[in-house]
Amino acid sequence: MKDFRSSIEAERPYLLRYASLQLRDRAAAEDAVQEALLAALAAERSFAGRSNLRTWLTGILKHKIVDLLRKGSRETAIESDEALEALFDENDHWRAFPPAWRDPDGSLEQKQFFAALEMCLEGLPEKTARAFMMREHLGLETDEICKELAITSTHCWVLLYRARMALRKCLELNWFMK
Amino acid sequence: MKLLSCKEATSLASQRLDRRLGLLERLSLRLHLAVCDGCSRVAKQFAFLRTAVKQLGERDA
Repeated sequence: MKDFRSSIEAERPYLLRYASLQLRDRAAAEDAVQEALLAALAAERSFAGRSNLRTWLTGILKHKIVDLLRKGSRETAIESDEALEALFDENDHWRAFPPAWRDPDGSLEQKQFFAALEMCLEGLPEKTARAFMMREHLGLETDEICKELAITSTHCWVLLYRARMALRKCLELNWFMK
Repeated sequence: MKLLSCKEATSLASQRLDRRLGLLERLSLRLHLAVCDGCSRVAKQFAFLRTAVKQLGERDA
């Protein structure tokens, strides 16, 4: 029992980083991790026989994060995205043509790539990042994200578009063209 | 059918990952991507982002 507790505890820094990335709020992230670890302790028996503790804990944490996201959301107006506008000319065509990426699939094998991706995610505006992570990481449908963030579907698609455009630009600058 | 600008095309390429596009939207997007290398790269990069972000947290930090 004591061993299980300490091996769970050893994952706390990792889980905290994971939660912070999605919640953008240190205190909320600590709450989510605390709840996840307590739930994990209570569910020790259901872990027995599984191979990867971190994956199991991350799964529990995801549910806690979704719960928290559901509780804390408010509607705000769509602001303009100047970085996005700057990519296009007055006819909405590319100012600079987006270059091809060098070996994207190979990047998925590299730890440093994921560090660059995390850094780029941290650079997104809070609500944009939350919508994007709910969609692409947690796999929620748009209507569910709209409800959680109290925004319209159109607003949601705009946020997801902005997130993708900002991330591809950020990865291009900090990874693929580096 | 209206010709899409690159901004409209990339926006539809993004939305296609989040909702089912209408017939006209699908056709005009396909037409644009067929002739625009920049936008078709970006469309592929959107799909790659999905794969990459899914894997976040599944590997060691």
